[in-house]
Amino acid sequence: MQDGYKIEMKDITKHFGGVKALNHVSLKIKKGEIHALIGENGAGKSTLMKILSGAYQKDEGQIFIDGKEVKITSPKDAKDLGIAVIYQEFMLAPDLTVAENISIDRLAATGALIDWRRLKKIAGDQLAKLGFNTIDPGTKVGNLSIAYQQIVEICKCLTRNADVIVFDEPTAVLTFTEIEKLFEIIRRLKAEGVSIIYISHRLDEIFELSDNITVLKDGGYVDTVPASSITKEILVSMMVGRTITQMFPKRNARIGEEILKVENLNAGTMVKDVSFTVRSGEILGFSGLVGAGRTETMRAVFGADKIDSGKVTYFGKEVHFKHPKEAVGSGFGFLPEDRKKQGLLLEQSIRINTTLASIHKVTNKLDIINHKREKKYVRELLEGINTKYGSAEDNADSLSGGNQQKVALAKWVFADCKCIVFDEPTRGVDVGAKTEIYKIMNKLAEEGVGIIMISSEMTEIIGMCDRVIVMRQGRVSGELNKELIEENALIKYAMGV
Amino acid sequence: MDKSKMKCVKKKLIDNNTYLILLLLFIVCSILSDTFFTAMNIRNIALQQSGPILVAIGMLFVVLTGGIDLSVGSVMAIGASVSAILVRDYQINFLGAILIALLAGMVFGIFTGILVAYADFQGFVASLATMTIARGTAFVITNGTPIKIQEGTLDNLVKANNFFPIIIIAIAAIILFALIQHYTAWGRTVIAIGSNRMAVRLAGIRTKRYLMSVYGVAGVLSALAGVFIAARASTGSATVGQGQELDAIAACVIGGASLAGGKGFVVKTVAGALVLALIGNIMNLMAVPSYPQDIIKGFIIIAAVLLQIVTNKSDKTV
Repeated sequence: MQDGYKIEMKDITKHFGGVKALNHVSLKIKKGEIHALIGENGAGKSTLMKILSGAYQKDEGQIFIDGKEVKITSPKDAKDLGIAVIYQEFMLAPDLTVAENISIDRLAATGALIDWRRLKKIAGDQLAKLGFNTIDPGTKVGNLSIAYQQIVEICKCLTRNADVIVFDEPTAVLTFTEIEKLFEIIRRLKAEGVSIIYISHRLDEIFELSDNITVLKDGGYVDTVPASSITKEILVSMMVGRTITQMFPKRNARIGEEILKVENLNAGTMVKDVSFTVRSGEILGFSGLVGAGRTETMRAVFGADKIDSGKVTYFGKEVHFKHPKEAVGSGFGFLPEDRKKQGLLLEQSIRINTTLASIHKVTNKLDIINHKREKKYVRELLEGINTKYGSAEDNADSLSGGNQQKVALAKWVFADCKCIVFDEPTRGVDVGAKTEIYKIMNKLAEEGVGIIMISSEMTEIIGMCDRVIVMRQGRVSGELNKELIEENALIKYAMGV
Repeated sequence: MDKSKMKCVKKKLIDNNTYLILLLLFIVCSILSDTFFTAMNIRNIALQQSGPILVAIGMLFVVLTGGIDLSVGSVMAIGASVSAILVRDYQINFLGAILIALLAGMVFGIFTGILVAYADFQGFVASLATMTIARGTAFVITNGTPIKIQEGTLDNLVKANNFFPIIIIAIAAIILFALIQHYTAWGRTVIAIGSNRMAVRLAGIRTKRYLMSVYGVAGVLSALAGVFIAARASTGSATVGQGQELDAIAACVIGGASLAGGKGFVVKTVAGALVLALIGNIMNLMAVPSYPQDIIKGFIIIAAVLLQIVTNKSDKTV
């Protein structure tokens, strides 16, 4: 008998083709514990959790629940054993109501017909238990904010009597205040005896929340340590073998002429009277809360959305980009925040993704692609930014998050951009890959590229930017020069206090 | 080492299962009927399929973008009717007549394309409308009666002493479009749009033009297929191509194309079309009546697609 553990995964091994994704990994979770699972992308966290939730089958190893060995061969098995996973992409049906979503697998439990009153009661009770009486069980899920959708997802798990809940990067899409609310809920679940497995790249959160931390690296088990007995620096070095001070590499960029000047820009309901400038070799940060209008501002400048009024000057000439093509044609690139939906063709090859924005660099007058030249370019480019990939013919979704982001980025390097917007460039990217992306940004800045970085991570803004614009409710609420960039000032402008 | 080699071979077999199905079918047909593998029968199949293969290729490019074009069959009728009228009533040289018929096909295709790309219609709905418009137009211009084509005009396309031009044109088109898909920026971009239109737009590409263009290509190829049929029958009729859109879609799917877009190949689609053709041919040779033929054909399509699904799954877990 295994003593006192709610869940024990023992010596789990999993292969994908010839690659060992997990190599004798173990994980032990006590009842009512918050257990953080960390490691770089590709370390095997997701694979391990997919085995626990029945999405993948293990090749070797054992899983015990309450000391008894169990076989989990399908997501249904996992559900019946009380295991629930809250993925980054919620498994909700946006056109159905909160009540329907919460009881989606038991819509007609008492017969052939749906008992709407019962559904609403189940949903209402569970929401009330978490302190969210404000969410009406009759609202369509699609009309809720991301944070509320997450609450619905949690309720869904709880009404199924889940006593092990896996949170996969739950805070990536949340704002400061929403994160606090989520933590409150997680702590309450813990108090009720639910075991929590918490996956995150944000170390601050992990220290704030978790009791124990298990570190994985390259598909192998590194160690499990109590959160109270370890420092951030040691944790990072366990994950990647380097220290945190090296996270933001130095750069020697010369800040030169003004590249982009935006004056009194208005676009839609989210962008009001925004003005700013970017110089060559400069990294300009855009800070603020989620929904402050930062992405919308850049999309308007880039020509992806309509501009209502305002003036954009690019290399001294007034421009009106009406389509992204015009922006890209003049060397203005945009790395979108959601790389899966907007940045990459996941089911196409790495090569096709890399040359997407400027295929004409490798075509002749008849529009015919020179594959040999294309392959050579792609190889050089991806090696130049340290991308780890098998073959350039593999699909983009075969890569880890960090390497996917590098491919999405390589597209703009290949297009010889002189000004690039990086929208949340390191979201969902592990510590090691983060530093590499920063290095690429530095290198571009050193080559004279003007960079705009939208980021909700304050450490990143502080570590990387020469200057920061803070936005709040569609307007520029503050501007800080390098010496003045610090957390309190950023929060002050972002929250408007 | 041996193991990985085996895997490589297995993957190759899975990737090319359409060809395997075709080969298998070919062998089965040869066993079932003595007349199947004769020069005469093979030539007949080639003549019959020259048109449908072109339609399937046109459909493939639409499918690659994640769309669908239900109007291809009706546009075939436009091609057949227009070319027949031009040579009979206007005494236009048959090559000129073909050219004008292709233009007419392109107009209908682009009409659908504009609805899809610029008015945000779903391909299914837009082409459903074009389907009835084109069919109706064909009936109006032919007055609903088949148009007999005099000798020495369109029949030149099917003459043995000219080496059966329609077969040669079909083969040339297969090669041309296979090359276009693989070697041109246009072919590349069409697939990219089918994979993720938003990402392609944000990469600075005018997706709407490409989206419109694939329907234009489908229109041209369908009209040409209609001309082929008119040439073979020496008659241009407004009833040409009925139901052909379904065979074209089936050919794409048997050839491994994804109706969600972003995946599909010209040569495999041609193989898919030939699979359907062989099934029809062998049943004719064995004198299976036409209605049961349809039933059997439906089930064989299901079997072929099931095989695609199963092999795609095993492809992912390998």
